[in-house]
Amino acid sequence: MKLKKIRLVTVVEYTYLVLVCLLSVFPFYWMLTAATNKSSDVITGKLTVGMYLFGNIKSMLATVHIGRAFWNSLRTTVVGTVASIFVCSLAGYGFQVYRDKGKDTLMNILLLSMMIPFASIMVPLFKMFSTVHLLNTTAGFILPTVSTAFLIFFFRQNSMSFPLEAIQAARVDGLSEFGIYARIYVPIMSPTFAAAAIVTFMSSWNNYMWPLIVMQSQDMQTLPLLVTGLTAGYTTDYGLLMLSVCIMTLPTVILFFTQQKRFVEGVLGAVK
Amino acid sequence: MFKRTTLEIKYKRAGWRFVAPAAVLIFILNFYPMIRAFFLSLQSGLGNNLHFAGLRNYVRLFQDDIFLSAFGNVLVYLVFQVPLMLFMALVLASILNDKKLRFKGLFRTLVFLPCATALVSSALIFKSLFSLDGLVNTLFISWGILSVPKNWLTDPFWAKVIIILTITWRWTGYNTVFFLAGLQNIDPCIYEAARIDGGSSVQSFFRITLPLLRPVILLTAIMSTNGTLQLFDEVKNITNGGPGNATITLSQYIYNLSFMYNPQFGYAAAVSYAILIMVALLSFIQMRVGDR
Repeated sequence: MKLKKIRLVTVVEYTYLVLVCLLSVFPFYWMLTAATNKSSDVITGKLTVGMYLFGNIKSMLATVHIGRAFWNSLRTTVVGTVASIFVCSLAGYGFQVYRDKGKDTLMNILLLSMMIPFASIMVPLFKMFSTVHLLNTTAGFILPTVSTAFLIFFFRQNSMSFPLEAIQAARVDGLSEFGIYARIYVPIMSPTFAAAAIVTFMSSWNNYMWPLIVMQSQDMQTLPLLVTGLTAGYTTDYGLLMLSVCIMTLPTVILFFTQQKRFVEGVLGAVK
Repeated sequence: MFKRTTLEIKYKRAGWRFVAPAAVLIFILNFYPMIRAFFLSLQSGLGNNLHFAGLRNYVRLFQDDIFLSAFGNVLVYLVFQVPLMLFMALVLASILNDKKLRFKGLFRTLVFLPCATALVSSALIFKSLFSLDGLVNTLFISWGILSVPKNWLTDPFWAKVIIILTITWRWTGYNTVFFLAGLQNIDPCIYEAARIDGGSSVQSFFRITLPLLRPVILLTAIMSTNGTLQLFDEVKNITNGGPGNATITLSQYIYNLSFMYNPQFGYAAAVSYAILIMVALLSFIQMRVGDR
């Protein structure tokens, strides 16, 4: 009797898990098959990999500037991630290593900014950026997300494990305060930097709302802007659309598959 | 003695130099716009032709059908989507935390996978699946569930359901990450003891897992509420707020007011403050309830 009960629970557990996993994967699977099929086959419900990938690539190259959008996305994301990691790690390091009352107060004030919804500051930000001519620029794209309380806090929490003796020793050796950060802190904390870089890269790569406002020129269009434009017409070419969605999605998915552990650390951030 | 104090001052200054760039950026790009939005919300007019209007924009909110519709839609998303997603994620996390589970790594990867996709990608995939000539209609007709294709996205009820489905698909795994981390901090001995005392796994879920995970549940609830109040990418790309504003959100309304037609920046800023107040209020309520 008891044995049977345990088994029933196990069966339910596995069923639920398998079901969720199928639902998780199916949209990806469909995206991949649709990218290799003609739109007319996608509409009839074809669910197997087709032979039309090159046809879709050809029509994609003929209709949209996918290369330019990919480059815009890559450039803004890489520059944004590097800037963000640098600024926030400096601050996280500063808040922890030179900790005092004043800095703790400032940190608490900065944390309040996490409660400000982006939609609430979008309009003034747009007006500010248009006054200083930052619309349609890489700087305009990255600036609002360079410094985030989340990342600063993430670095501060992780810096708690950084040995203060290392700093003392380095000072005796005559290293400057910034030298200690650059030569000792960065190498020791490289796993933290990697985790932060992955989540920052992903959110910047996927950023949609701010680019929609700040990157209005076609030349500066990033992938999410280009891809969403493909459904604007009366009929949608599903093969072409899903191929573009694939191109936008694969970099982050590959990053996820190869760096899952770091990704999870980054998502968890300072919560441990 | 003298030397030591100068050194201390030197380190203190160095510390401020480390935190200054990040702090200055947050003040200029978060707090300052927030203050500006407030002054903007007291002005009215089209484009850059603004004049002082006092609290008239805030009064207008309560008479504005689109605002009220957006407010109602966001509440619907909040009330149905957040609990559903958090419950699913909690159950997933407790199953994934089971020591005896086989293929654990594979299951975990597949559950987390959707949170590596862009919101825009998930929106476009779901939009395509549920479009008039999409896969769902094709399958439902071949299975005999439907006789003619249904226009899911132009039906006020089903459009909301599909948006909720898309968000749940994208974020359930994300929340599972937090719950799983929380569960790993719970001593397995507690579950062992419960089993010896004859408790079922359903009982241990409600009596042990839920109470001990309360801080994590609180955190995810606040994050999800915050995210739902700011919902934009999905709705913009699945229904564009339609049919007839039946799915529009507050963020999209701000976007429409500011960037779609004749910009009404002042009124848009008032809507912004409505979101800010709701985020603050709901987080406060959740913290009070969660801390009890």
